[in-house]
Amino acid sequence: MGDPLRYRDDAPHEEPAVTLDAFLGQTNATAVRLESDEDARALLPHLDRLALIEVAFPTFRDGRGYSAGRILREAGYAGELRAAGDVLVDQIWPMRRCGYDSFAPDKPLDPAAVARALDRYAAVYQQAADGRAPVWALRHG
Amino acid sequence: MKIATGNDLATGDVIWWDGEGWSRHVEDSADVGETGTALIAREEAARHVNGPYVIDATETPHGPRPAHITDRIRARGPTVRLDLNVAPADAGSGSWVI
Amino acid sequence: MYKYDSYDQTIVDTRVEEFREQVARRMAGELSEDQFKPLRLMNGLYLQLHAYMLRVAIPYGTLDGRQMRMLAHIARTYDKGYGHFTTRQNIQYNWIELADTPDILAELATVEMHAIQTSGNCIRNISSDQFAGAAADEITDPRPWAELLRQWSTFHPEFSYLPRKFKICVIAADEDRAAMRLHDIGIQLTRNEAGEIGAAIYVGGGMGRTPMVSPLIKDFVPIDDLLSYVEAALRVYNRYGRRDNIYKARIKILIHEIGADSYRQQVEEEWAHVKTLGLDPPRAEFDRITAMFAPPAFDADAHDTIDRGDPDFALWVDQNVARHKQAGYAIATISLKAIGGIPGDATAEQIDLMADLAERYSFDELRVTHAQNIVLPHVRKADLYPLWQALDGAGLATANLDLISDIIACPGLDYCSLANARSIPLAQKIANRFASLERQRDLGELKLKISGCINACGHHHAGHIGILGVDKRGAENYQLLLGGSGAEDASLGKITGPGFDEDGVVDAIERTVETYRAVRTDGERFLDTYRRVGMEPFKEAIYG
Repeated sequence: MGDPLRYRDDAPHEEPAVTLDAFLGQTNATAVRLESDEDARALLPHLDRLALIEVAFPTFRDGRGYSAGRILREAGYAGELRAAGDVLVDQIWPMRRCGYDSFAPDKPLDPAAVARALDRYAAVYQQAADGRAPVWALRHG
Repeated sequence: MKIATGNDLATGDVIWWDGEGWSRHVEDSADVGETGTALIAREEAARHVNGPYVIDATETPHGPRPAHITDRIRARGPTVRLDLNVAPADAGSGSWVI
Repeated sequence: MYKYDSYDQTIVDTRVEEFREQVARRMAGELSEDQFKPLRLMNGLYLQLHAYMLRVAIPYGTLDGRQMRMLAHIARTYDKGYGHFTTRQNIQYNWIELADTPDILAELATVEMHAIQTSGNCIRNISSDQFAGAAADEITDPRPWAELLRQWSTFHPEFSYLPRKFKICVIAADEDRAAMRLHDIGIQLTRNEAGEIGAAIYVGGGMGRTPMVSPLIKDFVPIDDLLSYVEAALRVYNRYGRRDNIYKARIKILIHEIGADSYRQQVEEEWAHVKTLGLDPPRAEFDRITAMFAPPAFDADAHDTIDRGDPDFALWVDQNVARHKQAGYAIATISLKAIGGIPGDATAEQIDLMADLAERYSFDELRVTHAQNIVLPHVRKADLYPLWQALDGAGLATANLDLISDIIACPGLDYCSLANARSIPLAQKIANRFASLERQRDLGELKLKISGCINACGHHHAGHIGILGVDKRGAENYQLLLGGSGAEDASLGKITGPGFDEDGVVDAIERTVETYRAVRTDGERFLDTYRRVGMEPFKEAIYG
């Protein structure tokens, strides 16, 4: 298990992430883990209770978590959003764009390679969950 | 017999295990017997070959002939571009493939 | 046509450097093949039978002379002197070395070209009508919409790991020259009652193992809402497309399983949300792009007649030249289907020549068609004769557009690791059997399409006559299908019966077309006759 990568200023959340079923059944859990086939919208009524949402990427080919991340950020979730599992350095950038601000990769990542990946693209074509202005906004002020 | 084949990582060239290394000529293929699976795993991990696999072949006077037409086409080149044939001087190439 | 600004150029240049680093990591063993494969596929690089194969993007099939010359240069310098134009309007090279790929991409970037997303489980090349901007029947040029979608889909962070590949097509005429109904999303531009132009959206078409013609999902989306609507459509697919079985992972399967109504409703709900996010570009961006597709400076006094004195030239005009919306001009199709040649292949020399001819005779613009031919969209009628002479000298003037020898064929087992059978030798045999132009013209429009495996890259389901190569106990075997169409009358071909070997299927086609000739009524195309009389007469003639 690689070291977690985190892009937040606040302190890491101490509570363990419970399953979605457990979370929906409890009133005091503050961290939840979403499996790749679970619906992020199930969490929307409870976002104010949550400090950490961990989304599973069982294989890097399973891209459902990218939609889950954006859906949660679009709903105003401001807590920690963590991508966990088969996360390679090449996925960090699209994951950041989809709102993820921490990563728990199965295998360790080279921090220098991660830094290069995050800094590489000066311009993006689409609006996503990271607040970056897309190229069309830059073109037309 | 069983022979091992794959592609060269850097060039993509079709290559064949010759007993000691990887040759670009199917005639050099060695019988890997039952050791093929372990052999190709080791060679792939060492990046001597990309995407290797073990196939059946028959011994012939001209060397091993892969059992499946796909690998015979890999061995020789596209049947519709004989000018790009790996063994252009071999007049029997056509019938060897098909 | 679209010209990159500094943002576009920077993005492509950055991608080249990113891929250069990924290749270095692969060569050094820091990435396994399993980890590297989706990354190289997102840059159009396959590992095929003989070598790596690189598929270069030609956005909606449009390019200029400078870009064609670069394609010729790549063929000459990094490959074996030729390239293959594909059924998605791209070009592919069959003999590429991994170690050269970063340099190839760097060279392509100098002429605003790339290989981004021409493979992989992401949004692929946006395809369009090869007559766009020239056809008299289009309501507007569809390509600005295609360009908008191209930029939106490039490195889309949410849709880079879809369940499967995703293909989008945009047309703007009732006549479908781009097989729009056989795409994951097909868009037809239409006018509403107020005369405004918008998009009719079809979702869930495709070929492969389970071919389907797409149902209409939304009848009108204004340009200002297009991207948010398509975003919603993709998000529903990304979330609910199947991930357990790659043969059931396309959006057509999702729509088939949940039904078009359910899919439509989910997209509407998602869209109601997505629309609030402000991710549609302003109209100014669409206008900026549209301005680059303004018509060329046509000569209003161009001669509107063609001197048909040369009989061979006249045959070519009849078959390969289509009506242009501008008087004095014509649309010329360059056939890459020389009798006995390899469908869709062109040598570096031929590609260079086509670049020259485009600059001289077509306002420096060319199109690649999904039928693997090349179009010069804006040719003065007065220039058609010298154009034809130049093409004829280079083996590019076969007068067979849409005739039986204008075959769509995938590379097949000669090149492709997925194939079960060879398709090119079969295409050559068929073309040679029907080499007589007189006979071909008598048979009329007859779209014959060959796929070497069930993945259907040769579009055999959409052939008036389709052929599917299969593996029958280790030997190549061919199934014959009749009655498919990729036009606006889209339909899927039906299998005639048991398969044949290579010579057998050529004979079966012979009997099929003779049956057509025997029962056709005046002016009936093969497809029309088949639809009228059904499979039985053909089956009887083929199997006796």
